[in-house]
Amino acid sequence: MHPIPKLVIQRLALGLLLLFAASVMIFVGTMILPGDVAQAILGQNATPEALANMRASLGLDQPATTRYFSWLFSALQGDLGTALSNGRDIASSIAGRLQNTLFLAAVAACISVPMAIFLGLLAVRYRDRWPDKLISAITLTSISLPEFLLGYVIMYLFSVQWGLFPSVSNINDGMSFLQKLNAVALPAMVLTLVVLAHMMRMTRAAILNVMQSAYIETAELKGLRRFTLIARHAMPNAIAPIVNVVMINLAYLVVGVVVIEVVFVYPGMGQYLVDHVAKRDVPVVQACGLIFATIYIGLNLLADLISILSNPRLRHPK
Amino acid sequence: MADTLLEIKNLRIEATVYAPGEKPRDVVIVDDVSLTLERGKVMGLIGESGAGKSTIGLSALSYGRGGIRLSGGNILLNGREIRAAGAATLRGLRGKEVTYVAQSAAAAFNPAKRLMEQVTEATLHHGLMSKDEAEKRAVDLFRTLSLPDPENFGKRYPHQVSGGQLQRAMTAMALCPKPDLVIFDEPTTALDVTTQIDVLAAIKTAIAETGVAALYITHDLAVVAQVSDEIMVLRHGKMVEHGTVQQIIEAPREEYTRALISVRSIDHQQKQPTPEPLLRVESVSARYGAMAKDVLSDVSVELHPGQTLALVGESGSGKSTMARVITGLLPPRKGTITFDGKPLPPALRQRSRDELRELQMIYQMADVAMNPRQTVATIIGRPLEFYFGLRGRKRDERVQELLDAIELGKGFADRYPAELSGGQKQRVCIARALAAKPKLIICDEVTSALDPLVADGILKLLLDLQAREGVAYLFITHDIATVRAIADSIAVMYRGKVQRYGPKDQVLTPPFDAYTDLLLSSVPEMQLGWLEKVLAHRRMTSAGN
Repeated sequence: MHPIPKLVIQRLALGLLLLFAASVMIFVGTMILPGDVAQAILGQNATPEALANMRASLGLDQPATTRYFSWLFSALQGDLGTALSNGRDIASSIAGRLQNTLFLAAVAACISVPMAIFLGLLAVRYRDRWPDKLISAITLTSISLPEFLLGYVIMYLFSVQWGLFPSVSNINDGMSFLQKLNAVALPAMVLTLVVLAHMMRMTRAAILNVMQSAYIETAELKGLRRFTLIARHAMPNAIAPIVNVVMINLAYLVVGVVVIEVVFVYPGMGQYLVDHVAKRDVPVVQACGLIFATIYIGLNLLADLISILSNPRLRHPK
Repeated sequence: MADTLLEIKNLRIEATVYAPGEKPRDVVIVDDVSLTLERGKVMGLIGESGAGKSTIGLSALSYGRGGIRLSGGNILLNGREIRAAGAATLRGLRGKEVTYVAQSAAAAFNPAKRLMEQVTEATLHHGLMSKDEAEKRAVDLFRTLSLPDPENFGKRYPHQVSGGQLQRAMTAMALCPKPDLVIFDEPTTALDVTTQIDVLAAIKTAIAETGVAALYITHDLAVVAQVSDEIMVLRHGKMVEHGTVQQIIEAPREEYTRALISVRSIDHQQKQPTPEPLLRVESVSARYGAMAKDVLSDVSVELHPGQTLALVGESGSGKSTMARVITGLLPPRKGTITFDGKPLPPALRQRSRDELRELQMIYQMADVAMNPRQTVATIIGRPLEFYFGLRGRKRDERVQELLDAIELGKGFADRYPAELSGGQKQRVCIARALAAKPKLIICDEVTSALDPLVADGILKLLLDLQAREGVAYLFITHDIATVRAIADSIAVMYRGKVQRYGPKDQVLTPPFDAYTDLLLSSVPEMQLGWLEKVLAHRRMTSAGN
């Protein structure tokens, strides 16, 4: 059998297993959170009977495994339950926000990934010379600053001082694509600065590692230009590590945007999650956790698959 | 002179060494070397490792590996000075006027690209031909180099073809842009003898058909004699001797050249078998993991005390697997091993400490077989502690005895492996094996990574120690000259089977079976026209069949 389908199936199965494990952990994690939902809804002065009735109506008196499986199966069917705090259907309130978060992440990814790889190639081309050092210095500085500080500095400069972009990233369905882009410009800029350094340095390291190979010397002795040589001969052999770090950062763009969304008052998943954690709204926290886990595992699975496909030994067996 | 292609005058090459704990200093790698190569001629550069031959070869591309600087002299290619030429000029000549064939084609091809793309890359990059023309030329070259299925060969990836085929593909890559000069840097060194002869013949044909000039770099005088017009002998970065092939081989002027030619002239008297063998391997079959085929099938050999059994064969013939079976690393699937009259437990864990002690091993790569953070005394002292419980003064005395036995002086005990030369490292490994007072030492290609003269010294030492200590050797090698020098009996291995086995004089005397004949006749001999003779002999025998 060709090794690729086998490996792909293996990875997919592993991904599903991992997702299942993540769902268990999310469920258990929210269960051991301090506090009582019924208490939170009814307030401190509720009578024990009222609390018991509330628990029964929420299904909290069922055994944990029963609750877990009913939660999991309805989630699989797209039913994430209703929010305890406001009684709305979670799936429909998340949909729009997830879309917003993905839009912001996509914009940030479209800027940061090509830029990181290009800067990585450039750093290899001018290794240990001033362009390399400059790139490293700037990206390392930006990664060392806390995100919220970076967010406020950029907001101050681009919005308050120069008035180029709005400081609050309001976004709604009525806006055109360009208007939306304008709205997310600043958060996207901050996110780019946050993830750029990691991807760029990994690209640089992965390619430098390949540059030691004898076939790079072969290419150099063919009279190729240095940059052609790096892009054409070194890069294809460094894809696997680069893709892995890119995917981890893409996942971070989706999962780790909480702070930035709060700073720019952006109506995304992060804000939604933070609001409902504060209200002890367990079903919402579970739903968000499940979605984040799916995205995280999905992207890493994709990275694995691309690494497998980029290996000529697997693509073209003997 | 109109037909001078390459003229190197008083070339000086330096490098900066960053030794730990010392100030960086400059060392001279090549000093005052001059050579002139005419169009269409082949010059052989020969010498041991560290002689600077590769460095000189690459200087024809004005290229220095690592921190190497071409610091003085002139390099004239097609009449223009290229030693200190700018990057753009160098890019213009590399891959167009001069091309390079590396020692390890397996590493020199990009694993992520098809062969055709790489073979034609320089030609297309320099705009020498259209894509169709370049690919047609590549296919023609594949045919000249007798590669299988030349039309489709280029569609494969490097990992899909064998080592010998890759080496020929690399030659095609070098010849494709129709260069004036090709640098061949040890192109056949990493190959089996039987493969080497095919590649050698292919390179020779290709040079003759394209009329290209070449610098042929190797440490094997017998090989270079087959392809070159002239030979230059180098040592420690200086020229020792320069002349025509005939003059160098038949009438060498310098002592060093004579030593290179007469290498492997050890005279070893074959010993008679004793009544009771030390090691008896009986119908052993073995395989790795869940492999469907045996790597060793039904192998039986005997080794007598104080004697040497040589296992000869190409890579993949099962020689090293045999060592793993005997040492217990790979328990056999079938068959038994008797050692010193007693059956040896098949797996390492079941063996007693004495059984482990009596069977020691020496490896091909001495530098990876030692812990780089331990001193020589610690390395040799370890088996003394482990097997005999020697400590303190007694241990140090024994270490010194062993160092004397391997002809290394007093100062070596406190050195680290990195401070030793290749030959010295292998000597330390020998001392470590001897420390256990073994009855049998398995030597796995122990001289393959060494220069011929150094290897000679190691073989002499091993024979010496055998005479003194009465230790038996199981000597694994692919090199027939080594076998001639050291063996009492020989087992020729081929695809996991013993093809031919017996005392040395019988095994090396005709009539041969087909494989032994191929193996023996493939070993390059130091004479002009040897390659043609062998090839003619093969054509005749294959026509006769």
